[in-house]
Amino acid sequence: MRRADPIASPTLWVGVLFVALLFGMPQLAPLFQWSFPGVTPPVFERGSFFALWLSHAGLVLVAGGAATIIGIALAIFVTRPAGRDFRALISTLAAVGQTFPPAAVLALAVPALGFGPRPTIVALFLYGLLPIIENAVAGLEGVPAATRDAARGMGLSAWQLLRDVDLPLAAPVILAGVRVSVTIAIGTATIGSTVGALTLGTPIFDGLAGNKLPFVIQGAVLVALFAILTDMLFARLERWLQPPGTPA
Amino acid sequence: MIELEHISKRYDGRPVVDDLSLTVPDGAFCILLGPSGCGKSTTLRMINRLVPFDSGAIRIAGEDIRDVPEEALRRRIGYAIQSIGLFPHWTVEDNIATVPRLLNWPGRRIRDRVTELLELLRLDPESYRRKYPHQLSGGEQQRIGVARALAADPELLLMDEPFGAVDPITRDALQNEIARIHAATKKTIVFVTHDIEEALRLATVIAILERGRLAQWGAPIDIVEHPASAFVRDFVGGEGSGLKLLGLRKIAERMRPGESAVGVPLSADASLREALAVMTERHTDRLPVADASGRAIGIIMLADLVR
Repeated sequence: MRRADPIASPTLWVGVLFVALLFGMPQLAPLFQWSFPGVTPPVFERGSFFALWLSHAGLVLVAGGAATIIGIALAIFVTRPAGRDFRALISTLAAVGQTFPPAAVLALAVPALGFGPRPTIVALFLYGLLPIIENAVAGLEGVPAATRDAARGMGLSAWQLLRDVDLPLAAPVILAGVRVSVTIAIGTATIGSTVGALTLGTPIFDGLAGNKLPFVIQGAVLVALFAILTDMLFARLERWLQPPGTPA
Repeated sequence: MIELEHISKRYDGRPVVDDLSLTVPDGAFCILLGPSGCGKSTTLRMINRLVPFDSGAIRIAGEDIRDVPEEALRRRIGYAIQSIGLFPHWTVEDNIATVPRLLNWPGRRIRDRVTELLELLRLDPESYRRKYPHQLSGGEQQRIGVARALAADPELLLMDEPFGAVDPITRDALQNEIARIHAATKKTIVFVTHDIEEALRLATVIAILERGRLAQWGAPIDIVEHPASAFVRDFVGGEGSGLKLLGLRKIAERMRPGESAVGVPLSADASLREALAVMTERHTDRLPVADASGRAIGIIMLADLVR
């Protein structure tokens, strides 16, 4: 494999741009003032962008982490002999979770969980489960039958088969599902701001409510960069997790 | 010794193996032969408990296989299959070392064993041990599959059409290898194939299966000379069975010692089939025969082939 020159890496430059804007947005005040005269203040200042990002990333991490752990666990369960009967059921439930618009989930969750981050976490979790389950099932079922037959015939236990054969060979496909799920969750988390969660969507909704276009732009650019950067980092992780000896 | 006693197995009420009894002696090269769907693979996979059977008993060296934990049983039995099933994410060395590692052999012993097996399969250990399966040809992959099956020095080797997916030249080479390994190690081998030529070439004993039942059991030559039923006669080759018979007999059995003829001599170890082929090629009815050292010891005549 060819080692990429770090200076030529787009991931690095997107990362630098993201961090610079995250901390340096107030320094761009004159630019926004000049572009949108009459909007005061020109830069969102109800909280630092770093604090918003931290909260945003925290929501995605908790919801995405839970969706990943539970999604992979369910996929492992339905691809074992004991859980095979549940395969269709689990896929259907995950698909139903996906058909609920996250905004509707928020509306339904608020009465039960109150305002704040919790309804957002529930919505992101439900929304993120499907791509993870679908990919993990596809990855585990894609392990060549001959390889599994040989493994069993040589006396690997069920656990050894999962750990040494199924999971390493399915890892790239599983990770691709997590990547899609987390990238979508970063975008979707912004609507959490409508029910009181602090996210990079907060300036967007403030801007929409107060007719302050610069806030919308500031929030949207940071969310977009965050999503792109995360996607790029996952791409690197995928290359790193690619089992040796298999074509990428 | 492997004993199958009144084994039966049904899938959805349809019998796939029907009251099958066999005794494979130690050191035998036993071939389960039959058309597809005759239950030969199912039978093989019952021996290492990959397929459970409904009734009957299987004993290896007198021990009922259901008294041994599945995984422990399988680690004692080598297993090689047509689609090979090498672990694509492991090197050749790791693949071969699978069972020794499961058995917690020390690293040094595993390394030496891998070297020994690669040499046995005529692959250069130093250039092959670090390779990944996708870097190997089909024939090389199957050699690694055989090496992996032999790794922990199992008492018994199960092979399910191991050479079914390789080209004829490679298959020929692999058949020679396994015959040589069998002769050298005297391991008991149970081998599934639908290829009658392969069976006649390798087996010391053949079990012909017909719809889950034993149609005939015996040495290759008995089966060709005295087929027990029309099914067996058709399966071992109908009109071609005469040629197969010639293929199973050596020139030494029919030659006329002391006489001499012109031409390049054939080895006394060659089959009568080869003698016929060479006679046809040379437009002659007699050929000189030589011993292993190349010394002329007699002749074989066309009439001797059909005696």
